[in-house]
Amino acid sequence: MDVNEFVNAFAAEFEETDPSEFTAGTSFKDLGEWSSLTSLSVISMIKLKYGVIVSGLDVNKCTTVADVFALVKKSNG
Amino acid sequence: MKAFIKGISYYLPVKELTNQELVAEFPEWTVDKVAAKVGINSRHIAAPDETAGDMAEKAAEALFVEYKIDRNTIDFILLCTQSPDYPLPTTACILQDRLDIPTGCGALDFNLGCSGYVYGLSLAKGLILSGTAKNVLFITSEVYTKQLHPQDKGNRTIFGDAATATLISTEGFAEIGSFCLGTDGSGADNLILRSGGRRNPSPMQETVAEDGSPVYPNHIQMNGAEVFNFTLTMVPPLVEGTLKNNGLENEQINLYVFHQANKFMLNTLRKLCRIDPERFYYCMEDVGNTVSNTIPIALKRAQEETAIKPGFQVLLAGFGVGYSWGGCVLGY
Repeated sequence: MDVNEFVNAFAAEFEETDPSEFTAGTSFKDLGEWSSLTSLSVISMIKLKYGVIVSGLDVNKCTTVADVFALVKKSNG
Repeated sequence: MKAFIKGISYYLPVKELTNQELVAEFPEWTVDKVAAKVGINSRHIAAPDETAGDMAEKAAEALFVEYKIDRNTIDFILLCTQSPDYPLPTTACILQDRLDIPTGCGALDFNLGCSGYVYGLSLAKGLILSGTAKNVLFITSEVYTKQLHPQDKGNRTIFGDAATATLISTEGFAEIGSFCLGTDGSGADNLILRSGGRRNPSPMQETVAEDGSPVYPNHIQMNGAEVFNFTLTMVPPLVEGTLKNNGLENEQINLYVFHQANKFMLNTLRKLCRIDPERFYYCMEDVGNTVSNTIPIALKRAQEETAIKPGFQVLLAGFGVGYSWGGCVLGY
């Protein structure tokens, strides 16, 4: 599992925010486009790409994209 | 003996609520973006004095006319609703009288949401195969919009009202195959109307959750992310189980008709279940999520558009509030 690949996949779930704005350290909840719907898109991407289910509550507890990546790695065992 | 679907009709309330009207109410709501994602442009809303029982009657009358059904042949009424006209008596009993169906018929309501159509087919099939009934009038009718908080823009974007009527008989155009059913009551809290039953008979205080989102205990409340995760977890095994119980492989299914929750959810589930878009039916743009009504409305429209043809194997999957889920195969 590669963090850069994850950041790209994470960025692809956003329609308005330019992908170049995303790094592992991006505080995604501060982005104007972040909403309950984008959170579902991210959960969906994680399930389809990594085969694990993360809860909306846990995603919302994360600050950076790297935090979400850590959550996925943890869920993947 | 076998059980078949012999006819499906539906009723949509007159009033349509468009996305433009929702934008006017919620100027901050990027409704076009939301609409593109959930795949819903408008939905029908029951009139203020129109109940689930009223809409059920209209759907049944439409079925009788459309298929030239003699109401005297109906010997069982099943009504799936979570919005009965009264706590008691059973709305299905009132419908026997309003529809002028002989008093020799059985009648009962059952309380299920998005899995309700599949469960109703399983109950109707049981009644037919046991010889208890020959012609089951199975109605779904739901007025969720009456139970949504006026400020709950998310649910108001998704849900619409509707009623459907299906005749299940000893002959017809679609044989009802085998079922796969499931339940997980631990998810009850994620889609719930907390007050109004005997647990909390009086209206409750509205509060704010830990994450700052409002809590509407006197209206239908959905934790979208949790319900979404439930479907990601349970729907793929539901489809597998339904295929297995019917002795079929994915490739042998000509069309998949899932509960039309919203387009975003269905797209994700379709990919997870490895179903190509050509064999997956979408039907929500002008009606929204009509709870137990989505599958019969989709079946009716798919048949009219010849997306379903004789010889087709059609897999149904319903899932939602409870949690409750069910799948079956119809052989056209």
